Amino acid sequence: MTSKVFKDAESALFDMKDGVSVMSGGFGLCGIPENSILEIRRRQLKNLHAISNNIGNSGRGLAWLLKEKQISRATCSYVGGNPDLEQQMLSHEVDVTLVPQGTFSERIRAAGMGVRGFYTPAGYGTEIAEGKESREFDLPCLLELPLAADFAIIKAQKGDPYGNLWFQETARNFSPLMAMAAKVTIVEVEQLVELGEILPEDVHLPGVFVQRIYQGSEYENTIEIPIFEDEN
Amino acid sequence: MTGPQNHWSKNEMVDQVIEMLEDGSSLNLGIGIPTLVAQRIPPEKGIWIHSENGVLGVAGRPTRQSVSPTLINAGKETISVKKGASFFDSAMSFGMIRGGHIDVCVLGGMQVDAEGSLANWMIPGKKVTGMGGAMDLVHGAKLVIVMLTHFSKRGDVKLLHRCKLPLTGKGVVHKIITDLGVFTPMGESFQIDQLAPGVTKEQLGMTDALISSVN
Repeated sequence: MTSKVFKDAESALFDMKDGVSVMSGGFGLCGIPENSILEIRRRQLKNLHAISNNIGNSGRGLAWLLKEKQISRATCSYVGGNPDLEQQMLSHEVDVTLVPQGTFSERIRAAGMGVRGFYTPAGYGTEIAEGKESREFDLPCLLELPLAADFAIIKAQKGDPYGNLWFQETARNFSPLMAMAAKVTIVEVEQLVELGEILPEDVHLPGVFVQRIYQGSEYENTIEIPIFEDEN
Repeated sequence: MTGPQNHWSKNEMVDQVIEMLEDGSSLNLGIGIPTLVAQRIPPEKGIWIHSENGVLGVAGRPTRQSVSPTLINAGKETISVKKGASFFDSAMSFGMIRGGHIDVCVLGGMQVDAEGSLANWMIPGKKVTGMGGAMDLVHGAKLVIVMLTHFSKRGDVKLLHRCKLPLTGKGVVHKIITDLGVFTPMGESFQIDQLAPGVTKEQLGMTDALISSVN
């Protein structure tokens, strides 16, 4: 049996090439795959299609790649708080497709789950409905199609050699969905644990969806907007 | 041109929202003013606050000791959670909304109209923040509340017959809370549910045709 466990980001991302589509987990900077993103920067891969809720934020995460002009296409739901993306969108250096966040996550889930499309009320009567098939249920709805990718780069708190994953708090967000929707899912973890250490009932994402896993290092785990009790 | 001086403070606007909440209900809070709601809800109301990045049971702010980089709300601000809270992925989170399991949703806005349509995601040629979860959040909750200042910084009233900015959702808003009052969109006009103390109809910057009745 070939092992899914890789030594580091460099070995795990060995076959990533210019022009591929890459899903990247995280909400803002919460739960982002820092090591894999830095490896993509180190290799200077170009012309990437990034699929991620925010495409980095506050100059970090995928914004590291925006600064190096490595991303030519972006599919995301939110640009606010990401000046690098906003600027490159307005200058047409990055072709941005905005997708409502619930539709974004459900399209990714659909790709992973083999669902060929679904109807949702989100976006009906707005600009994003243009060119989409609509259908009247109890509410008028739009047909939305699956969103898949060549690669997914994911970060989890814990993972085992089979790829079973456990996420911490709100760091889960899009990561398990993206892990299901990519041809190759590469996971970095804060703790690579033995098989069985994550109890079966505590597995958030079963390892069958994961192709490669490695122990990450030197996490920044940046807090974007720290607000504390009784200090406002 | 910024409107009357006797308007509600942000906290007083938030208290109008809190009055509308039934004990034990579930509540999604959008980015901006709505996040203030979480800090003012009396714990004894037993409200379950949902944030679309994947948490139900938001309880306010952490201390410097308890803060966690993996525990944030949809505004990317640090939060804490109460006993009984849960975490989940984004698809389940939006399924809670879309599926009608969340009772109340509170969003910010740039413009809102008499038809109950909301605009809050872009100003063509000027500013694009993206819709984030707003286009999803306006469908599903039993009560969709929009909180916004009554006038823009330029002094333009934000309650219109029809929104001029690109829509976030069409005919989706049930209640509007501004610093001047509480309003219900009625189709061609707004019903005034309540005005802030001392505020008069004439101070609303809205034509008579846009005000159908005073409740």
